Amino acid sequence: MSLVPITAGFLPLLDSVLLVVAREKGFASAEGLDLRLVRETSWANIRDRSALGHFDVAHMLAPMPIAASLGLTPLATQMIAPMTFGLGGNGITVSAGLWQAMQAAGAPGDLDPAPAGAALKNVVGNATRRLRFGVVHQTSSHNYELRYWLAASGIRPDEDVEIIVLPPPLLPDALGSGGIDGYCVGEPWNSVGVATSGARLVTVKAAIWRSSPDKVLGMRADWAQANAGSVAALLKALHAAALWCSDPANHAEIASLLCQPHYLGLSPELILPALTGRFDIGEGTEQIVPDFYIPQASAATFPWKSHALWYYTQMVRWGQVEHTSVNAATAAACFRPDIYSAALANLALPQLDYKVEGGLTEPTSVPATSGTLTLAPDGFFDGKPFDPDAIDTYIATQQSR
Amino acid sequence: MPPDLSILIIDENRIRASIIEDGLREAGHERVTVVHDVNEAARTIATTAPDVIVIDLENPQRDMLEHFFSLSRAVQRPIAMFVDRSDGGMIEKAVEAGVSAYVVDGLRKERVKPILDMAISRFNAFARLTRELEEARSELEDRKIIDKAKGILMKTRGLSEDEAYQLMRTTAMNQNRRIIDIAQSLITAAGLLDP
Repeated sequence: MSLVPITAGFLPLLDSVLLVVAREKGFASAEGLDLRLVRETSWANIRDRSALGHFDVAHMLAPMPIAASLGLTPLATQMIAPMTFGLGGNGITVSAGLWQAMQAAGAPGDLDPAPAGAALKNVVGNATRRLRFGVVHQTSSHNYELRYWLAASGIRPDEDVEIIVLPPPLLPDALGSGGIDGYCVGEPWNSVGVATSGARLVTVKAAIWRSSPDKVLGMRADWAQANAGSVAALLKALHAAALWCSDPANHAEIASLLCQPHYLGLSPELILPALTGRFDIGEGTEQIVPDFYIPQASAATFPWKSHALWYYTQMVRWGQVEHTSVNAATAAACFRPDIYSAALANLALPQLDYKVEGGLTEPTSVPATSGTLTLAPDGFFDGKPFDPDAIDTYIATQQSR
Repeated sequence: MPPDLSILIIDENRIRASIIEDGLREAGHERVTVVHDVNEAARTIATTAPDVIVIDLENPQRDMLEHFFSLSRAVQRPIAMFVDRSDGGMIEKAVEAGVSAYVVDGLRKERVKPILDMAISRFNAFARLTRELEEARSELEDRKIIDKAKGILMKTRGLSEDEAYQLMRTTAMNQNRRIIDIAQSLITAAGLLDP
């Protein structure tokens, strides 16, 4: 039987790993797919080439399909995400100079976002110039999480500091040359900054918004509809890849797969921390972050509609889109747990498509489609829950501040 | 006549940028600005208020450029890629050529299309030129290698230039290899055998 070709665009980031492993370890071909991977240079290219059909599917920033469906970006096309590429995966890194100032202002250096944010507020208040932070795209999880952390720490992202956009591989150099003072990016580009620019990892996504998605499997809604069989096969292949990646015995092999020049092109030592959770956060200080990147456990690849809605609330918060019930419905419709659940029906899956972010404070066993399922703690570091049923109140509260 | 459109070209490749600039000027566009670095683009957008921005697709800083649009007062009017989203063929052609373009919303399609057509054809011409140059360069390299191998055969076997070439050609045909590969192995072997 000949394999069905599927072309997938990706950026050189750790969480492209599910696509790489699905291809390299034969999970895609086992499902009858010839998964072809094309590395891209910018998120804009991923977006445009996905919209034009050069790519059938792509490794996308979680908010990208939402922004496209809301018409916020060029070539706006209805996009969907029937799967996420795991939970966590990014961090916030600052220059050696900024870290010194933060430390003097009381930052404990343990990746806890609250005291690090308080120290940063102190530094920002006394700074002689506006500090500048880099993110990878306007409609990126990184932009929204950095802004959330700043705002919850009392720093106004558009007034007190400056946020600019740079592609992931250019961020460490920009930090090293003093062009920016910090950045929020997916691994391995935090570890690269620490290794090459003397930078310091100050906090991680897994601490700012626990159990949250960074990237998704994105595709055009019409393509998904016309190729439902291939989509289901791809979800099965990616699920098998996620399961394989979650076994620590495979970490070394994953690193050696990803380090190849046509994937990440970086040494395995820089790729491993995100997999093992064992980080050099600066000057050789080791810190363990067990939940830094979760590829499979805790329904990690399940596309919760509440996650799509949270990203939508942040687009509203920062003035990218107006809040209407139609827009909110469009955003929620981008994440497709129905497609996910149909393709992976034999697994124990969540029974609901929405959950309250901040509803779980400890690992909790919840009823699943068959048996039970354990979900890891979720929610935001400042303790403010997001209830998708009370989205109007959530948006109003954030805008009044 | 509506006023001449302001066009900004962002291309790290200086030669390609000047080829496009020339084309636009020949077509009668006076207000053409070229920058080679996206960082410069921010300032240029503010001073020239471009109606059309052309950037090469391989530029990793397209994300940054789009961010500038959202900040810039000059281009605060919404910017869309291409005039008409429905014109899929045009967009397809542009992306294949490696061109990305941003156009201020509200411009009439007939005014922008010739500019994009020009950019696309010049991008394609440049790609063809680069490919031909590359081919010519490797042909020249090949000829040098074959000449050197011929010299070795003439010296060690006492053959004429023609005979040396014929010998390599026959060997290549018999072994189903390219003559350049035979020549290369000959040079390598001679190097190993040299005292």
